[in-house]
Amino acid sequence: MSASGLKRTALNEEHRALGARLTDFGGWEMPLHYGSQLEEHHRVRRDAGMFDVSHMLAVDIAGEGAEPFLRALLANDVKRLTATGRALYSCMLNEDAGVLDDLIAYRFGPSEFRVVVNAGTADKDLDWMRQQLAARGDRATMRPRRDLAMLAVQGPQARERFWAAWPATRQASESLKTFQAAQLTADGVDLVIARTGYTGEDGFEVMLPADRCVDLWRRLMDAQVAPCGLGARDTLRLEAGMNLYGQDMDESVTPMEAGLAWTVNLDPGHDFIGRQALERRSPRFQLLGLLLQDKGVLRSHQPVRAAGGEGLITSGTFSPTLSRSIALARLPLTAQAGDRVEVQIRGKWLHALAVKYPFVRKGQPLIELDHPTPPEKMQ
Amino acid sequence: MNVPPELRYTDSHEWVRMEPDGAVSVGITWHAQDRLGDLVYVEVPKVGQSFDKGQACAVVESVKAASDIYAPIAGKVEAVNADLAGNPEKVNEDAYAAWMFRLRPSDLGQIESLLRAADYEKLIAAEEH
Repeated sequence: MSASGLKRTALNEEHRALGARLTDFGGWEMPLHYGSQLEEHHRVRRDAGMFDVSHMLAVDIAGEGAEPFLRALLANDVKRLTATGRALYSCMLNEDAGVLDDLIAYRFGPSEFRVVVNAGTADKDLDWMRQQLAARGDRATMRPRRDLAMLAVQGPQARERFWAAWPATRQASESLKTFQAAQLTADGVDLVIARTGYTGEDGFEVMLPADRCVDLWRRLMDAQVAPCGLGARDTLRLEAGMNLYGQDMDESVTPMEAGLAWTVNLDPGHDFIGRQALERRSPRFQLLGLLLQDKGVLRSHQPVRAAGGEGLITSGTFSPTLSRSIALARLPLTAQAGDRVEVQIRGKWLHALAVKYPFVRKGQPLIELDHPTPPEKMQ
Repeated sequence: MNVPPELRYTDSHEWVRMEPDGAVSVGITWHAQDRLGDLVYVEVPKVGQSFDKGQACAVVESVKAASDIYAPIAGKVEAVNADLAGNPEKVNEDAYAAWMFRLRPSDLGQIESLLRAADYEKLIAAEEH
């Protein structure tokens, strides 16, 4: 705990030593950038960068009741994780089908799972999960893993650099496909390596004892992996069309209203908390991408005018890969990709185009830009 | 602290340089660009526009926030740095080389009331606490 009351991860001193600009994120003191968030963004798209994500919380759930418990708790279905090492992305809903959080769930065995939840919602999530477990009486234990640190190493060269930094991990993790994880012991350290991420690039997310994290960070630095902060994390995830809890969705909206219908499993027999409400409710709006046509930056809460009614930006930023501003926005159900809309920015209504997202994949734009980025900017 | 002693300053974090021909060049300080982060847009005024002291005359936008730039003294825009439109990062790279516009002052007396380097240093020190 720091004087300011913010929580610190095991890497806090490393961030300070690197001259990071620190910020409060969900009650944690985290690096915003280490000099230039634009450079950090480009390093991840072109090479390899790493993020301290130890503010997020891993919770291990085990026992014969673990699977039924998680099938009830989550809108996606862990039954579909048909082998150890598989993972999925899911929302956790309340009884009204409002989104409590989004998370990744991993299967580590027939009766062993791990969920990783967001930092700002961790306490809320734990309370909710304990409450549900007590009410349901599943035979399962819940164990928050505050002893673990987490690093995301992302980019086309990320995996190779990771193995260069830690050769003993290569064999167990080399054949991991996307959304697969391996539990292994390397040089006496127990860790989990998952081929997942929040950037739209290839790479790993690694969970290991917090007291081993500084050593790994330094070895990754030596392997030329760039430290990257929350600023780059946000521009990367938005380009990749990934939601941010608290902005793109919260308890007041359903997954369908946040572009997350694909994460909800409505198979017969999957009776999850919130299912009934979800099936009763009709979506009030949809989430679409926006590309600003004028100069400026789209930001959360800016009003949108579409042909079919009004909307609101949920997340906006400047896309370093596209050199244009992009956003996710709540729009009327009648809106479609290709529609021209207007966004109110600092008192003026500027032109934007509704587009499908993601905006970028594997470093390449997925959308047509009317005015292509000049070649000299695409280094 | 990165506050060149030969320049003058405003409490809205513009720097002012007196040019030999009597015009003044204006930009934003190292402290201002550091707080804003990487700039993505710089919008300079048009040559020929006149501004009162303290009037918003330009805009810089970073990923984090947009910020108005205010005319440090009353005057007429004689020149603008067109280079910044395509290369906003130059402001982050060298804030004091990245002049944004030049004003022909309409009241030379206003220059005297601009902050000196020592006063500006005190101002930013106070802001950090």
